[in-house]
Amino acid sequence: MKLALGPILYYWPRDDVLAFYEAVAASPVDIVYLGEAVCSRRHEVRLNDWLDIAQVLREAGKEVLLSTQVLIESGADVTTLHKITANGTFMVEANDMGAVHCLEGKVPFVAGPHLNIYNLPTLQWLAPLGLHRWVMPLEMSRADLAVMQHGRPAGLQTEVFAYGRMPLAFSARCFTARHCNLPKDDCQFKCLEHPDGLLMRTQENEEFLVLNGIQTQSARVQNLLPELTTMLSMGVDVARISPQAQHTVRILELFDGVIQGRLDATTANAELLTLMPEKPCNGYWYGKPGLEQLVPETV
Amino acid sequence: MELVCPAGSLPALKAAIDHGADCVYLGFRDATNARNFAGLNFDEAAIEAGIRYAHDRGRKVFVALNTYPQATKAELWQRAIDRAAHSGVDAVILADPGMMAYAVKHQPQLRLHLSVQGSATNYEALDFYYQHFGIARAVLPRVLSLVQVQQVLEKSPVEIEVFGFGSLCVMVEGRCALSSYVTGEAPNTNGVCSPPKAVRWVETPKGRESRLNGVLIDRYAPGENAGYPTLCKGRFDVGDDHNYYAIEEPTSLNTLSLLPDLMKIGVSAIKIEGRQRSPAYVAQVTKVWRSAIDSCRDNPHRYSAKPIWISELDKVAEGQQHTLGAYHRPWK
Repeated sequence: MKLALGPILYYWPRDDVLAFYEAVAASPVDIVYLGEAVCSRRHEVRLNDWLDIAQVLREAGKEVLLSTQVLIESGADVTTLHKITANGTFMVEANDMGAVHCLEGKVPFVAGPHLNIYNLPTLQWLAPLGLHRWVMPLEMSRADLAVMQHGRPAGLQTEVFAYGRMPLAFSARCFTARHCNLPKDDCQFKCLEHPDGLLMRTQENEEFLVLNGIQTQSARVQNLLPELTTMLSMGVDVARISPQAQHTVRILELFDGVIQGRLDATTANAELLTLMPEKPCNGYWYGKPGLEQLVPETV
Repeated sequence: MELVCPAGSLPALKAAIDHGADCVYLGFRDATNARNFAGLNFDEAAIEAGIRYAHDRGRKVFVALNTYPQATKAELWQRAIDRAAHSGVDAVILADPGMMAYAVKHQPQLRLHLSVQGSATNYEALDFYYQHFGIARAVLPRVLSLVQVQQVLEKSPVEIEVFGFGSLCVMVEGRCALSSYVTGEAPNTNGVCSPPKAVRWVETPKGRESRLNGVLIDRYAPGENAGYPTLCKGRFDVGDDHNYYAIEEPTSLNTLSLLPDLMKIGVSAIKIEGRQRSPAYVAQVTKVWRSAIDSCRDNPHRYSAKPIWISELDKVAEGQQHTLGAYHRPWK
């Protein structure tokens, strides 16, 4: 099984992004997804910069992909989409059907986690369009994944969102700007002040969700490290780690250690728990509400 | 411009038709539609009666099969396509490409509409569904400004339907797993958001609490109106701000004032939300929108949303208030 690093979902200062990928280049990760998938107002790193970072990572031996924006609203967003899908060098993770349309029949592509591939008829229909790999929807359970694995077209790879705060929803409204009493069009780039998003608590002080611009994430961190053995036995090809502001490279090392058999999952998981911004959860994997944490069966 | 109204039941369907709906949309009584609530929706006898009622009066019936079939149950959804086709509906409203592929192959005469749950917000996405499945119409998610709707329309290969009135979904439809995160059930998977069976009302010394699978969504002071605990419309704490509507207030979308613009840029249909609402609600909302569309069509330059229409709609709006939502940029 390979290890992937998903796109940075937050807005980090340019120097932080460059330093981050310098460290990633030296990490054990196999696949890196790059680009701005959340908000078109985020311009610290522009498409040409992403292409430069991509080149460096490729030279470091990584498989590199460019991710498209999940919510495309304006004509300018479509223009950016065209540039990414026609880059001619790097494979693309399509995060909406517009992106699929730009890529189909031309180059192989990856179907991102927001394409809503919940069943075999859809997966089998998409495959001949050039699907190289699909990322399971966050809501999908292990039991449903098993059905998908059983019937997936030959040669098609499967990727699972294995670690990170889950991107649960997208809106036209920017909740970070709203929190700061600013309009979205003049958000003053407040996301820069929240490198792991802005925590939203219930009135009982329970960490509930994370506001990340137009995206809403889980406060809890999806952690499927203890499930890696099960994933391997199910033929999952890639486990995705979603970047967080601190400790990402160490988290990659822990996952890699378990995948390569150098670390046992219990030891790795014990350290991983100390590196999370919030409590872990794995409910979706067991067909339960996503925020629940069920006792892993494999550790 | 067609007026497309919700029919959660046969009485609601008749109310919509009697008060001037051009089309009604409805669902079967299972997880194949995005309003999968107990007591709602149509069995075979009701759908037959409903279609006859509508067709006898020259109106159309759409069937919404707009959830995503889950891995182990795709056949249930495919049977729903066949049922819809055999019942003689005028269109089916779909979100899932696998379902569309099935429909094209097995029921090629069926007219296909892309559901709002398909999350198509740009002409490339619309063209994708048009090229592959020949969809005739798409319902746009409630995320675009009026100018953005116009940009999509200019290059759209298909008719465009937009939401005119009803509960405001703050998140991009088809891209929201908040409900399943908390309750295990969500629009994409089960056709529900914040399902009633997960809701608990608890009286406490601090006030009445609404909980969703145990998570505190809101707490109401004595005498304060308590709304349905849709989880994105609760009050939460962020940073130093306590107890505020961090995502959205309980409010309804109302685009009556935009009607001339929507007509001018070529929107084909206006959708009214509310299959979970009563026949009286459907009658009231349909009546107002029928008057407004007729008035705007007959004299677009002199059209303005009448205060009586607005007040009639506010009476049935969530929180008795309304917004232009994303059509109006400052909302964002």
